[in-house]
Amino acid sequence: MSTALERGVDMLKSQVDARVESYFSSCTRCGVCAEACLFYTETGDPRYTPIYKTEPLRKVWQNEHTLWGRLSTSLGLGESMTEKDLSDWEELVYDGCSMCSRCSMVCPVGIDIAYLIRKVKEGMAAAGFVPEGLQASSERALEFGSPMGLTAQSLRAATTALEKEHGIDIPIDVAGAEYLCMLSSSEVVLYSEFIAAISKIFSAAGVSWTLSSKYFEATNAGVQMGNSRIAAQLIERIVEVATELKVKTLISPECGHAYTTIRWDAPNILGRALPFNVVHIMELLDQLRAEGRLKTTGSFDERLTYHDPCNISRRGGVLTQPRHLLNQVAPNFVEMHETMEMNWCCGGGGGVSSNERAEPLRLKVFNIKKRQLDELNVTTLVTACSNCRTMLEEGMEENDMDISVVGITEIIADHLA
Amino acid sequence: MLEQLVDGIFWDIALVVFFAGIAWRIVDVIRRPGRNDLAESRNSGISGAIMANIRGFFPRREISPRIRIHVIAGYMFHLGLFILLILAAPHVKFIEEHITGFGWTAMPYGVFVITAMISFAGLILLWIHRLLNPVSQLISRRGDHVATTLVFFVMLTGCMALAESSTGLRLFHRFTVELLMIYFPFSALMHAIMFVPSRAYTGSLFGRRGVKL
Repeated sequence: MSTALERGVDMLKSQVDARVESYFSSCTRCGVCAEACLFYTETGDPRYTPIYKTEPLRKVWQNEHTLWGRLSTSLGLGESMTEKDLSDWEELVYDGCSMCSRCSMVCPVGIDIAYLIRKVKEGMAAAGFVPEGLQASSERALEFGSPMGLTAQSLRAATTALEKEHGIDIPIDVAGAEYLCMLSSSEVVLYSEFIAAISKIFSAAGVSWTLSSKYFEATNAGVQMGNSRIAAQLIERIVEVATELKVKTLISPECGHAYTTIRWDAPNILGRALPFNVVHIMELLDQLRAEGRLKTTGSFDERLTYHDPCNISRRGGVLTQPRHLLNQVAPNFVEMHETMEMNWCCGGGGGVSSNERAEPLRLKVFNIKKRQLDELNVTTLVTACSNCRTMLEEGMEENDMDISVVGITEIIADHLA
Repeated sequence: MLEQLVDGIFWDIALVVFFAGIAWRIVDVIRRPGRNDLAESRNSGISGAIMANIRGFFPRREISPRIRIHVIAGYMFHLGLFILLILAAPHVKFIEEHITGFGWTAMPYGVFVITAMISFAGLILLWIHRLLNPVSQLISRRGDHVATTLVFFVMLTGCMALAESSTGLRLFHRFTVELLMIYFPFSALMHAIMFVPSRAYTGSLFGRRGVKL
């Protein structure tokens, strides 16, 4: 067994906890999870069956934790793990799974399959089986603080341009502000209108807030590739700047996995509670709306629908807030057939969007979203995740669909009273 | 001689292995590292765990059309087997004589036959699906087929022994039951018990986040 393989197997062994034990002990191999996975439904390839993607971990569990497995292993008949296994599964877990957790919602025995796949990724990463794009993203995140390689200067250049264009003031490094708003790099370079929008909204609502130039990145390449050590390092940077700026609450921006990571996973990765609260920008805007501090005027009259980012809705629990906000300004808001916690993924979550190799597959599985949109005949698609937004735009470009994609925050900012 | 073995020592061994094996599997889960969720919860994890265990019996509306065979055949088999287990006349008599000391009204013979047919049909449908469906083919393991075969023979011999006209048939049925009991704790049949903590873990996680499983 090579050193890399040994590292991977050892890491997989260390991942077996009470949940893993009960999950594998209860799996009946019924295959229901396949019917909830867009990578299976859109390709028909049974290898994309969610529970099949957990095979490396199941093998380790079988060999180490079951009677038959132990007997077989002691007789030299156990299911051995090879580098080829890990190599084959690299494509399944990194290209063919967006960690959307839809499979976890339908398993008859309640297995959180996404949890298992996350653990498989830990083994893959330890053995060095990680797609180049993700590996490079994590290296840039560690070196520059941004998976795109952006720096404090990049942020300042973007905010200065926005201040001139919109006549607004964007606070940076303001110690003692109530809220620290994190960003994803794509909100600095691709969707900077988000920064302008929150600035206008917070100004109108009288919210004390700031950005941090020292570390602004909310995304976490460590979580996406399955490396808890890198994930913890990136989270610690957020904790450090939030502590230095003495903020009470951290705002997770329009980014799915960033929210799940900092809101739900960070305390468990670090092994301690965070010294500040975390809210998603949708939660905060809805709170301001409920308090009467976010007043809007006029309406966005186009027929539109909302794409639930998996990590914000299904895995994050922010389900009603975007709908409250949309109902305030968009009279022609319609829901997709399968929505909220049972939405279909854009196809690019879980690091798939950073993995160039996965692009043809990602665009193929976008067909499910295309069908959902075709049913509704909408002209605008709204979402609350910049990664989803890019994936949706690319999918619609590929399919010649004439639907514009916007963030909720921008729509609200455009209708401030 | 054979009767003494099957009704005596084999039964005792099967009982011990069955209960000790299940206890061992449950302890194996409990003793593993599992830490409390340190993230501040939005809703109750306990109610999430309970609700997930209840809701898990009903497939979600969004997925139902794609899993009709699983749902229909699954309910036919599991419900049928459960009814046969507690309401078949010989079982009621056995439970009264060996376990509880009291019995209850058994199902009429005709109802037994219909229930057995439904349950058998469910099991066979699930098995055919496992053998022919590309997804099930890929993910099924040898143990799944062994478990299905054992259950099939337990049900078949049970039907054959129902009239209790032959000691041989009764012993044959009891022997297959004993084999099943010995195999149960070390196989996928454990899902009959482990689905409870499994649903609870996931239900708690999603429940704390405010998501209904």
